[in-house]
Amino acid sequence: MKVASTETGFDVETVRKDFPILSRKVNGYPLVYFDNAATSQTPQQVIDTIVDYYSRYNANIHRGVHSLSQEATDAYEQARLKIRKHFNAAKSHEIIFTAGTTHAINLVASGFSALIKEGEEVIVSALEHHSNIVPWQMLCEKTGAVLKVIPMNDNGTLNMNEFQNLLSEKTKLVFVNHVSNALGTVNPVKEIIEKAHGVGAAVLLDGAQAAPHIKADVQELDVDFYTVSAHKMCGPTGVGVLYGKEEWLKKLPPYQGGGEMISTVTFEKTTYADLPHKFEAGTPNICGGIAFGAALDYMNGIGFEKIAAYEHELLDYATVKLLEIEGLRIYGTSEEKTAVISFNIGDLHPYDIGTIIDKLGVAVRTGHHCAQPVMDYYKIPGTVRASFAFYNTKEEIDIFIEAVKRAKNMLS
Amino acid sequence: MSNIKEIQNEIVDEFEMFDDWMQRYEHMIELGKSLPLIEDKYKIEDNLIKGCQSKVWVHAELQGDRLIFTADSDAIITKGIIAILIRAYSNQHPKDIIDADTAFIDEIGLKEHLSPTRANGLVSMIKQLKMYAVAYQTQLN
Repeated sequence: MKVASTETGFDVETVRKDFPILSRKVNGYPLVYFDNAATSQTPQQVIDTIVDYYSRYNANIHRGVHSLSQEATDAYEQARLKIRKHFNAAKSHEIIFTAGTTHAINLVASGFSALIKEGEEVIVSALEHHSNIVPWQMLCEKTGAVLKVIPMNDNGTLNMNEFQNLLSEKTKLVFVNHVSNALGTVNPVKEIIEKAHGVGAAVLLDGAQAAPHIKADVQELDVDFYTVSAHKMCGPTGVGVLYGKEEWLKKLPPYQGGGEMISTVTFEKTTYADLPHKFEAGTPNICGGIAFGAALDYMNGIGFEKIAAYEHELLDYATVKLLEIEGLRIYGTSEEKTAVISFNIGDLHPYDIGTIIDKLGVAVRTGHHCAQPVMDYYKIPGTVRASFAFYNTKEEIDIFIEAVKRAKNMLS
Repeated sequence: MSNIKEIQNEIVDEFEMFDDWMQRYEHMIELGKSLPLIEDKYKIEDNLIKGCQSKVWVHAELQGDRLIFTADSDAIITKGIIAILIRAYSNQHPKDIIDADTAFIDEIGLKEHLSPTRANGLVSMIKQLKMYAVAYQTQLN
């Protein structure tokens, strides 16, 4: 595919060569992959790391006396250091490896059920993914705590005045996504954290959708918990991270019992291991953790500022082109948003559009995007969601626009 | 009255006239327009088929020893798919519906929709039609 130079001087042509999957065909057409908010594609550098691990030093970590085990342990712990550095955590033991964001949120929610009392309040935003709603509902059912919701505005932003009104000395925890998965809205997390801390509440930010686009500095944000999934940032599935401030991680009880997370075990009493192992029961996704480190190296090698600038160029280009289609409405029009466009055309069902453009090689997400409250707000069954990554091009957007127009013609 | 196999063959023959997926989909969309529509009073939660990204309602009732299906969907392609199924299975004896195979779906080039994990729920639709047939078969016995 011919790739024009970009306004931001970003060399997308070179970047694309790192992603073998981008040269495949789907249904006879060159793949146009615009489902990056669901999962990102994997560069050769990360694939090589995975192959290298299984080819040279696959072994269980932390316990072995043999060389292979030591090599694997070193690589895994090296990855933890890379993650610490990337998110600027103060200490490496504040980085807990998890299976992903959902696991990380459940870990915190489960821990808080021991700290929260009946009648106390937790606050969630209307923009959340189900994975940042359901664990807290379960927490409330278990403890008798009360769940409050920050309402949203028509443009997909949060109603911050209402948030202010919800806060009180009863508020113990606020959990909000850094970026909305359904709409791409970047939430004013700094303000949310400051206000929540003002009443003594802790804040968990679901960073799954932000991390591929925005380099969060957890100390600068002063956030208490931050969660990410590797597979949304060029890493493999099944691995992610919970960042937690040391003081909070010490307060939370362990999530799962098992090997690795103990200090001593007798039938009378077990003492738990120190952080981070207290929360890392069992053999972890060793290769996944190491590959996550490689993915961060890859993205940092390009640079998050460059990535963000180029993705915005794509977002602006696609937004203008899409709005030229008659009857098309974009949901989520916040000034601060990542490269995600959620839309519908007239009363066409998103599923129909998604199915037709898939036949033309274009991969998008359709449906409620695991954010039913957002869809209920707009009174729609779902949307078509195109989400861009730094390896996408304007030429691909042109193909996508033509595919959408063709689908519209077929379905109207 | 044609039996299920004859109708299936007829549908396969129709689809064979088309060279590419686009024409097949256009035909499917056309077939959706001739779907015997479910009455509004039956568009209830209980008649919704689970496992579809779009909504699909199906209603069944016996007329003599024949099972009559009506349906609707809020998505056009899904409506086409259920229309094809109903054309083959409606106005048939429940026992024949239970025994019918679904190979014709593959033959008309909709094989990709046969995956149980596919979001359109074609497999769920077939299962639901057959469940109705099983239920009404016991009434007939």
